[in-house]
Amino acid sequence: MQAFDLLQPTDTGEALKLIAQTQDAAFIAGGTNVVDLMKCGVTSPSTLVDITRLPLDSIEVNSKHIRIGALVRNSDVAQHPDVIESFPMLSRAFLAGASPQLRNMATVGGNVLQRTRCPYFRDPAAACNKRHAGDGCDAFEGYHRMHAILGTSDACFATHPSDAAVALVALDAIVDIQSSSGSRRISLDEFYTLPGETPAIENDLKPGELIVAIEIPRGRAHRHSTYLKVRDRASYEFALVSVAAGLEFDGDRIDAARIALGGVGTIPWRARGAEEALVGTSGDSAYEKAAEIALKHAIPRRDNAFKVELAKRAIVRALEMVRQGQ
Amino acid sequence: MTAAVTERTPVVGTPIDRVDGRLKVTGQAQYTADTPVEHVAYAVMVTSTIARGKIVSIDTTAAGEVHGVLKIFTHENSPRFTQPESDFMKAIVPAQTLMPMQNPEIVHYGQQVAVVVAETYEAARAAAARVRIAYEPGHALLSIDDPKAQRTKPEQFFGSALQTERGDVDKHLAAAAVTLDERYTTPTQFHNPMEPHATLAQWNGDKLTIHEPSQWVKGLQNYVAAVFNLPLEDVHIISPFVGGGFGSKGFSFPHTILAAMAARDLKRPVKLVLTRTQLFEQTGNRPRTEQHLRIGAQKDGKLVAMDHASTIGTSVAGWFVEPSGRITPMLYSCPNVRISHEAAWLNTPAPGPMRAPGETPGTFALESAIDELAVKLDIDPIELRVRNDATQDEEEKLPFSSRHLVECLRLGAVRFGWKDRPRKPREYHEYREYVGYGVACATFPGLRSPASARVRRDKDRFLIEVATHDIGTGMYSIIAQVAADALGVGIEHIEVRIGDSALPPAPVAGGSMSTASVMPAVQAACLKLRENGANEAEASTAPGDEQGRYSFHSFGAQFVEVRVDETLGRVRVARALGVFDCGKIINPKTTRSQFLGGMVFGIGMALMEDGVFDPRSGRVMTDNLADYRIPVNADIGEIEAITVEHPDFLLNPLGARGVGEIGTTGVAAAIANAVYNATGKRIRELPITPDKLL
Repeated sequence: MQAFDLLQPTDTGEALKLIAQTQDAAFIAGGTNVVDLMKCGVTSPSTLVDITRLPLDSIEVNSKHIRIGALVRNSDVAQHPDVIESFPMLSRAFLAGASPQLRNMATVGGNVLQRTRCPYFRDPAAACNKRHAGDGCDAFEGYHRMHAILGTSDACFATHPSDAAVALVALDAIVDIQSSSGSRRISLDEFYTLPGETPAIENDLKPGELIVAIEIPRGRAHRHSTYLKVRDRASYEFALVSVAAGLEFDGDRIDAARIALGGVGTIPWRARGAEEALVGTSGDSAYEKAAEIALKHAIPRRDNAFKVELAKRAIVRALEMVRQGQ
Repeated sequence: MTAAVTERTPVVGTPIDRVDGRLKVTGQAQYTADTPVEHVAYAVMVTSTIARGKIVSIDTTAAGEVHGVLKIFTHENSPRFTQPESDFMKAIVPAQTLMPMQNPEIVHYGQQVAVVVAETYEAARAAAARVRIAYEPGHALLSIDDPKAQRTKPEQFFGSALQTERGDVDKHLAAAAVTLDERYTTPTQFHNPMEPHATLAQWNGDKLTIHEPSQWVKGLQNYVAAVFNLPLEDVHIISPFVGGGFGSKGFSFPHTILAAMAARDLKRPVKLVLTRTQLFEQTGNRPRTEQHLRIGAQKDGKLVAMDHASTIGTSVAGWFVEPSGRITPMLYSCPNVRISHEAAWLNTPAPGPMRAPGETPGTFALESAIDELAVKLDIDPIELRVRNDATQDEEEKLPFSSRHLVECLRLGAVRFGWKDRPRKPREYHEYREYVGYGVACATFPGLRSPASARVRRDKDRFLIEVATHDIGTGMYSIIAQVAADALGVGIEHIEVRIGDSALPPAPVAGGSMSTASVMPAVQAACLKLRENGANEAEASTAPGDEQGRYSFHSFGAQFVEVRVDETLGRVRVARALGVFDCGKIINPKTTRSQFLGGMVFGIGMALMEDGVFDPRSGRVMTDNLADYRIPVNADIGEIEAITVEHPDFLLNPLGARGVGEIGTTGVAAAIANAVYNATGKRIRELPITPDKLL
């Protein structure tokens, strides 16, 4: 870890000005990911702009949406009454991530920008296309049990590690972004970028931009929803496979469905094909077909091949849980 | 029985709180890295990023420019060290025999290649990241399956034979009515005590003082004195508190040398604290084992032949063999038994003893195999074990001093509700989970070594001094208990000083032998002071000829109930009960903590722990506590440990055997057996992760 300057602005405009003016600067909020990567030597910004004094830490609720400020702590989202009531999958996804200590520090804005846990990415001595384009990737021949099977490329198959982002993608969340030149909104699903030949680019956030809020529109198949996470231990553990699932019924018939997957994608993975296959069906038999569709394009490798079958089973299980009101 | 006659109610055998508990929970206990020293400099190690080859060049220019850097040591400017001979009887065992930074050769990933010393820790760390090293890599031997790896058949493990045969195994295996032939694998494991290894080295002329968390202050003193060619009395090791060890702080590792070297060169105190990643790379590990079990039995379950062949990794940086077959000739009655061990020399970090070396992986294989045999024979697994109970140590041909394994099994069966177990896989489920019960034996030798202790009186205060260790086990407390009873005073009058090489000698806090070794010396010194009325007394005690007349072992039975969600491959240990036969229990409270901690250790081994090396670079891929999984609270269900208390007065006057390691043994097998009972799936390769159950 290298020495750095710390700036602590108190309003958003000032923070955006500082980040635009300062060479080699990065934002820091909860720091649970940024500091970790600085310690690994993966990043070494010369200046950190601490945004925790900005007024971005409130949750606004109205009839159309819920708007979560970028600095709201993960634990506070998980415990928010409207989130628990209206978006159970989101509360459960936040609770499924990390440990209580980390959830008390980590923020929503940081969570959607979380970097991969790929051990080769985290080791400056290893070859990694995400750190240095064109260097190659040691994970293909190396240890890759935790790696992605969906959205992969020949350059990178590192897994997106967030739990919350999986639920947010399923819920059609919108990212509210500001910079010194203005503000814009983009759906979180579109915000993420597949690795392709440029795995260093993970999302649509440009230099100088700051996520100020995440907005979740009230829609269908929100209330009857859950988040299922399969992992190697019961807490403080990344997903082998996770599923954010929501269903809305008209009698026995599925009227609307939401499915997104974690632990298997290079980005939080929305399974729209599987959702479409469910709409109009009734009974559990459609679940397996939907699961097949969701994993149709999976590319398994030596250590992570099990994730294909595990993901299918987890999708079926998550849908059963939603139908049974669990 | 020669236990003290006291006027007071004895405190030995009562569950008193830890006497050092308040210091620990209030943060006043001073661990090595907390030790304040004036004018201290901070050292940070740079480690190799290849597993085999040599250093071609080292560029320290950028590192040297960091403000506050004092000096950067590499093999090019480090002094030559004397390599000590390893001799357990002389209390000197380097776990890593490779001396640090003596030449450009690299033999494992994470090897020390430079030490940066600076005015602050932050400057040292920043500079360490700027040291540029060019390597010429060679072919690293990383797997015991690599045909290029040289192999050795070790004769013994600290005096215990590793290649033995009695009877005619091949003949009786071939003729047996029922046979089993299976292979079991345990992965590389890492100790990961909560407190990282650390050294604070301080020279006063040619005298050296070292603060370091140690399980063996005498061993470390001997090692450091030999490396620097110092008279023993000029090396002082101070280690009052140790934040866990599990074996990794017993034998010596070279970071101690590097801190002392830098302190001598810079003429100021130097503090070196290992990073969590460096713990994985430089402080030992339990090597991977592959165990081939062949068992023959009669139809009534009586064992007729057992063959236990182990293949283990060891390291060119330091020899250690995991003696996984060692329990097999002793645990059961069987006329024909063979064990063999073969070790492959690899470019992996030096292994070392880890909580019940041998017994832990060995009980996984043997006790899984016995369960498989029980299924084949359609005999209750407890009944099968009882039928094969040994009335004497058939390998040593000696009677056991005390063996109550059957009582542990029987008592555990009642307490656990063994009669309610599913008789067949998938017989019983609750909601989405199959229920399975499993049992396995636990065992660990009852060791004892010579030890000395001193007691000093100041009015109504008594100070007990001995160079033993409290690695979280409760040693401070039980010394106070034994001393209070022997002196006939209340425990509040006792003060205990340990963890200091200048004190009367005691053995390594390893082999679960501290209680059995140190308590007799403490008791003898106190009785002596009480008899002669002096203000100071010292006593030395040692095992006698009982050692050649009896076989000393502790035993136990592990019971678990698992819930398996087969669709998702998830295993939960809903209940665990350990029943242990460890002689007299000095403090039931600290003992229970030892057992429960050991059992949790076993749950981690069964379900999570998996040390992985990169197949090309040799880097430990699981080099942090997020990726190297051990249980969290949420993983542990109902858990309890009880004892059958039969004092073993043949071992020592207190009748106590150690309790530190046995709790881990047998747990992994009990869980694997329970998973089979739940699902019909037999997992022979640990850990039992979801992917293996799909």
